[in-house]
Amino acid sequence: MMEDETFTDISGKAISLSCQDHSSLCKEFVVSVPKVSIGKVMVYTCCVWLLAYAVFFFTENTAVLSSAIFITLVGMMLHIHFVKVDHETLLFIGSLGIQLSSSYASGRETTTFIEMGKIKDIVINEAIYMHQIIYYLCVLLKDPSEPNAVAHVVPLFQSSKPRLNCLVKVYKSCQEILSKC
Amino acid sequence: MVLKIFFPQCCNRADSGLLVGRWLSGHDSAVVLAVIHYPFIPGQVKQYIQQIQARSGVELSVLGSWSLPKEGQEGMESFLRDLSTIFPQKRWLQINRELGKTGFNCQVLSRDQNGRVIPREIKKKADKIDGEAGGDGEKKTKKEEEEKEKEEEKEKEEEKEKQDEDEEEKVIFVHYEQRKVMLSQLHPIENGLSDPTTDPSSELRQMFRSVALSQPLYFLDRYDDGPLKSTHWQSEGREASIIVELLKHSTLPLCVLIRWLLSIWTWICDIRVFSLSPLRFLSSKLSTCVQLSYRTEHMRTLSSQKPAAGHTEFMRKANMVVSVLLDVALGMLLMWWLYKDNHISMLANTVVPAADHVAKELEELLQWLMGAPAGLKMNRALDQVLGRFFLYHIHLWISYIHLMSPFIEGILWYGGLSACFGLTFALSLLSDMVALLTFHIYCFYVYGARLYCLKIYGLSSLWRLFRGKKWNVLRQRVDSCSYDLDQLFIGTLLFTVLLFLLPTTALYYLVFTLLRLVVVLFQGVLHLSVDFINSFPLFAVALRITRSYRLAEGVKFKVLCEEPGTALHLLMEINPLKSSAVVQLYRTPTYSCYPKDSWAALAKKLFVGELIYPWRHKTTKTD
Repeated sequence: MMEDETFTDISGKAISLSCQDHSSLCKEFVVSVPKVSIGKVMVYTCCVWLLAYAVFFFTENTAVLSSAIFITLVGMMLHIHFVKVDHETLLFIGSLGIQLSSSYASGRETTTFIEMGKIKDIVINEAIYMHQIIYYLCVLLKDPSEPNAVAHVVPLFQSSKPRLNCLVKVYKSCQEILSKC
Repeated sequence: MVLKIFFPQCCNRADSGLLVGRWLSGHDSAVVLAVIHYPFIPGQVKQYIQQIQARSGVELSVLGSWSLPKEGQEGMESFLRDLSTIFPQKRWLQINRELGKTGFNCQVLSRDQNGRVIPREIKKKADKIDGEAGGDGEKKTKKEEEEKEKEEEKEKEEEKEKQDEDEEEKVIFVHYEQRKVMLSQLHPIENGLSDPTTDPSSELRQMFRSVALSQPLYFLDRYDDGPLKSTHWQSEGREASIIVELLKHSTLPLCVLIRWLLSIWTWICDIRVFSLSPLRFLSSKLSTCVQLSYRTEHMRTLSSQKPAAGHTEFMRKANMVVSVLLDVALGMLLMWWLYKDNHISMLANTVVPAADHVAKELEELLQWLMGAPAGLKMNRALDQVLGRFFLYHIHLWISYIHLMSPFIEGILWYGGLSACFGLTFALSLLSDMVALLTFHIYCFYVYGARLYCLKIYGLSSLWRLFRGKKWNVLRQRVDSCSYDLDQLFIGTLLFTVLLFLLPTTALYYLVFTLLRLVVVLFQGVLHLSVDFINSFPLFAVALRITRSYRLAEGVKFKVLCEEPGTALHLLMEINPLKSSAVVQLYRTPTYSCYPKDSWAALAKKLFVGELIYPWRHKTTKTD
């Protein structure tokens, strides 16, 4: 029951969406972002090293070179541990809740689970992002004091910002489950 | 609705029996807590459940039956169904597991009003199918429409059947690890004040609470001789630690001892001599005294006889114990180093030459200022006066230090003993000593700042006079005012004089402020480290690292197995709290020694010449 499709994100890069039906009540959507390209890593590393070499040429201090190596290594580690998201998962379990998790390139995973009692609806929203208008999927949370008000908006797929056609697909299946329970 | 069953993992392989648990109010879900095995006498089971209910305060009930057939145990279907008449329930779960299959089968029997058991029937209103074909109806002929309607009706019926089928399998099994769920604490913490009636609290919270509260249920294990045998997380034999129990017992006399010592200490503190004004003022300024009162407060909380009321208080106490222990251990380490190779006398021998050296450097600095510092041409007369004044001060200071020098070693030796109370005491004492030894720098700073402040204020008011305005005190604003010619003449003259003398004073102020800032910085670092030791929640952080399930931010689910035809199985795991959140949440509140002003406010104060740091509260009073 797995199906993979390729979509693009807001900047035109290819991402893939895989939907998995565990049962009629439980669906899993995984948006995967392409891995870090080796070319990009090379370019960044070369830039830093060339800069360090230029400084070394004038100062003749070897500490500059070693610090450049150190900076690139630490930067790469921080990047894959905190910035680079490999795939984002949305697990929708009818009548129980929604689980959002994103796993980073280093294997770190962050997960949040929102209970069904708190969820008001799941909608597609518009937002202004830099110089363009983008669509994003978001979960509306209930305000415990006022039943009709929206207390919070939790955006989904924050790091891999998929385009509308991908969002609509996820939205439709989510609404299907929501209407069932 | 979908039925959710929270099922403990330890009961997966339990022998057949009765499911004991709880229906969560307001939600369509059940928590299974334990399995009571065959054979049993129904009366005893009822009695046992009532006993447990009275002890734990959780509404326990028999949820249904559990069967894991073994060889020679077949044809139990009817027997299981009969059981539901013995334990009358609104709904009766009949969960059975077949050997060789991972999934469970679940049948829900609901009971009608006559008390007759019927398999669950699903009442479902026919869904109104959305008018998908609404818009283009006009173009079609009637016949087609009729045909279509018929088709739709057929579809509806089919769908209904389909939904009914779906409805029957709509049971979600959520497997949880009972021990972890029992021990974990969901965040944000809810105190026991909010009752479940006013707050229809979330399903998970209710589930966590009912698992944690029904601890009396877990006392009965399989090896007991009682009439009932049950399976739950402790059924393989009870889990406990002898060391923890022994420690619990040994803390009692320790607490009594600490309380006795504290009562003596408070008696000493309450003597009237200490509440006289100069002593009280002094003690509020000495960081050692502040630290002492702070630790006393800690020990008072720790030695109180009442057990911790809630999770928050327990964590607070545990953090305090760990921080005190760590503090004392570090202090002992410091003492061992200090007294091992006679480091004390070495330190004492370096203090006096160091003070001398500082004084000499200061003298040189003053000489430099009295000449033409950095090529600036100062007002010679004022420069000389100020320089001589400060030089005399340094001379006084050096003679004071030399008078003190024979006693310094003794002071250090006895001061070092304070490290046995903890590293924080030693650090606070060091901070106080630095404050006392650099008193001359502080004095210079105050003189410089006062002079500078006077000049700035004079200049600003004379500048207003210069423009024909004045400060209206009553209205707190600048008003225009017509001055006499004499007033204007004198004012302008004074303004010029002050303006030309300003650079000299400003230079002295600048130099001594920088010196003072260095000392304040050093003291600030000491205070920060003391504050860090006092407030860092070491216990909570250690708990987060070693037993990450104890502090839960929430839960996460994993889909376990999907066999077509069986119910959905999920595994519930505990999502630990983030480390940064742990530190933020469990930080022990302390007297904060962080600067309360922002950097901009500090810079403004420095520019205007207001005094910074120790006597801050005085300036706020005059405001």
